[in-house]
Amino acid sequence: MFELIRANNRRAAVLVAAMAALLFVTGYAVGEVLAPGGGLLGTAVALVVWLGMTATSWFAGDKIVLGLSRARKIEKKDHPVLWNVVEEMCVASGLAKMPDVYIIDEDAPNAFATGRDKDHAAVAVTAGLLETLTRDELQGVVAHELAHVNNRDVLYMTLVGVMLGSIVVLADVGTRVLWYGGGRRRTSSSSDRGGSGALIAVVAIVLMIAAPIVAQLMYFAISRRREYLADACGAVYTRYPEGLAGALEKIAGSTTPLHVATRATAPMYIVNPLRSLKGGMSALARTHPPTEERVRILRSLAGGPLSMQRYESAFRQVTGRAVGVVPAGSLAALEEVAARREPTPDSRSRTERVRETTDALWQLQRFAFLACACGTTLKVPPVYRGRTIPCPHCDTPLTSPAAGD
Amino acid sequence: MFGGFFFLIFLGLMAAVVVWVIGLYNGLVRLKNGVENAWSQIDVQLKRRYDLIPNLVETVKGYAKHERETFDAVVKARQQAINITGSVADQAKAENMLTQTLRSLFALAEAYPDLKANQNFLALQEELASTENKISFSRQFYNDSALKLNNKVEMFPSNIVANMFNFAKAEFFEIEEPEAREAPKVSF
Repeated sequence: MFELIRANNRRAAVLVAAMAALLFVTGYAVGEVLAPGGGLLGTAVALVVWLGMTATSWFAGDKIVLGLSRARKIEKKDHPVLWNVVEEMCVASGLAKMPDVYIIDEDAPNAFATGRDKDHAAVAVTAGLLETLTRDELQGVVAHELAHVNNRDVLYMTLVGVMLGSIVVLADVGTRVLWYGGGRRRTSSSSDRGGSGALIAVVAIVLMIAAPIVAQLMYFAISRRREYLADACGAVYTRYPEGLAGALEKIAGSTTPLHVATRATAPMYIVNPLRSLKGGMSALARTHPPTEERVRILRSLAGGPLSMQRYESAFRQVTGRAVGVVPAGSLAALEEVAARREPTPDSRSRTERVRETTDALWQLQRFAFLACACGTTLKVPPVYRGRTIPCPHCDTPLTSPAAGD
Repeated sequence: MFGGFFFLIFLGLMAAVVVWVIGLYNGLVRLKNGVENAWSQIDVQLKRRYDLIPNLVETVKGYAKHERETFDAVVKARQQAINITGSVADQAKAENMLTQTLRSLFALAEAYPDLKANQNFLALQEELASTENKISFSRQFYNDSALKLNNKVEMFPSNIVANMFNFAKAEFFEIEEPEAREAPKVSF
């Protein structure tokens, strides 16, 4: 496992360095376009923008993402099954501190992990996910998310995502100024500078247009690979690849849109929430590997012994690609383990799962649950705190506890 | 002059060997601590299960008074598992026994619809099922750590250092699943 993290870090470091170089070059280009000779100033501005955004994302990135996604933090009593599944996967992955658990009030099934490191992590799942998936499938999804935490994907995706954001912002400012206000200045200055000045300007403009696209493709490439890796780790943690495979199938098969997802947060989810339902996306522009492919790889592992090596060969077989996804150092490091064949029985029907999840959401909104002797349970909104309401079935007066209880 | 040169090389080699042995030793210590930490994780989950059982037995008793034998078997298996202070293998055996009796207790609940609808029972069932899962996941993690330590203790060259400082191999926490070995019996 340590090998895996180390190899992952090396690749991530190279990517971060490449992105940083691209960022500074973009800064230089923007500076040069706005005012000849202003390239270095542009680089300095790029550095400041980047440092500011990185500091923000380091200290508050997870809060921003969770807030944007309207995720609510839960306690064990709100949704015991989800809480227990997260605890189980912490034990399986050897994670020392349990991440915070969040629920998003959305019908589309999906999930993501965020945070800075293993001690500051959070897992968020939608209500739709809790309603759709069986316990085994939920376990698979949570294992995938904790694998992201364990492999430190959450930190690197945040850092790289922030750099991508800075490049987009800089290039955007550059193009806008050029388009609306830079015209006069540019004509007067290029006549002063002659041929070489014009050449620099052209190169700078091309860079300004190309940089965001290149940065985005780099970001997508790394995020696709990390999805496969997290699938592999998730299968090893649960010892049951079918759980994750079934979950991916259900999530990708859902046609309900996830309203809280944006282009910035989409790559974090287990299945791309902004996928076009017709599936007409080019391979390079994908943030996630095609789900059918992930499912097929996982299914080909079912019942057999599991290891990173096995996942690697299954990946090559299914995709027909010669280059694998698992870093070479980690292939030999992990021993093979036996997989579970049988699903664990889950007695909860879909109706019961929906009730469990809605109850959790109501509890989060501070509804009071009043049990009447006739068997009815009243769910009373917080505005009725401290008031007495008759039971709709048997007219027994029931009192909602005062606020603060 | 020449002798001094060789002496320096000799000293350098000695220093390299010492650094290398220290590295191997520290690696072994890290693995051994890993195994101990993994074992304490299992221990936490086992204790949690001991704590849940009396509550469960009380709840089931309220609905199924006539199943005395099953209750007694569960209570006895729990006490036995708590009292074990021997090797990992003994502990594993007692815990497997407890798992079996708990399964028969849950199988019994199937015959009592009122019990199955009881909120308290359902919550306890989820807690115990999850604790069972955590026990088996922490056992996985423990066995993985034990395998890593044992490989280092047996393999050359780390086995020399392990022998020098008396590093012992860790015992595996095995489970016995009788139904997994026997062919399923079908009766018509």
